[in-house]
Amino acid sequence: MASASAKKIRPKYLSLPALLFEIRLPVPGWVSIFHRISGAWLFFPFAAWLLYLLDTSLQSEQGFQYVKTHYLTLPLVKLGMLAFIWAYCHHFCAGIRFLFLDLDKGVDLRTARITSWIVILAGLALTAIFGARLW
Amino acid sequence: MKRLVVGAHYGLRDWLAQRITAAIMAVYTVVMAVVLLNNSFTYNSWKALFAQGWMRVATLLFAASLAWHAWVGVRDILMDYIKPDGLRLTLQVGTLLLLAVYVGWTIQILWR
Repeated sequence: MASASAKKIRPKYLSLPALLFEIRLPVPGWVSIFHRISGAWLFFPFAAWLLYLLDTSLQSEQGFQYVKTHYLTLPLVKLGMLAFIWAYCHHFCAGIRFLFLDLDKGVDLRTARITSWIVILAGLALTAIFGARLW
Repeated sequence: MKRLVVGAHYGLRDWLAQRITAAIMAVYTVVMAVVLLNNSFTYNSWKALFAQGWMRVATLLFAASLAWHAWVGVRDILMDYIKPDGLRLTLQVGTLLLLAVYVGWTIQILWR
């Protein structure tokens, strides 16, 4: 019986417009998917990019000056840095929330929604703070 | 009895490893934030920071934690979205190689 129902082809409604405009995630769902997206970005390309910056800035005086006074002032680089900072901060905050969920803290719907908003806003606020220092 | 061959006991270990490595990286992040706020960002102060023994060891520990943490996370993502076995295996091997490069590169930068 289980195998018979498994073979039955069910209609799937996961077109791109449906994913984008019709299926709506609850707030904790957004925290979760952003945690995943930011994690993937941090793995690549951001980790490689930061290693490149660390490498260049520690290699020589010229390398350090190049990174500090030229490279990090380029608008596209700044934008990339902003994206990195957001990814790191969101991943950090959401990760701490997940650690609390592991300990069964804040799993009821009301608290879960509140902490989700806190994570999203904290990620953006930290991005603004560190981004402002970069500029 | 028919059994599915789907790996053995790595679920709990990876789950725990991901949390422990996350805690290590979180501590490093907070320490780094404080250290960087007190750094003058000249070449000499920057170089002196990464010349300290504890800083090198802590950064290497961070890189190792990141590699393990990212392996668990990226593998989860690949298992969820990449259905063809061959492609998924290729991407998983690529992920491991890239993470090995990251750790190797970190060591090279720190102990030059």
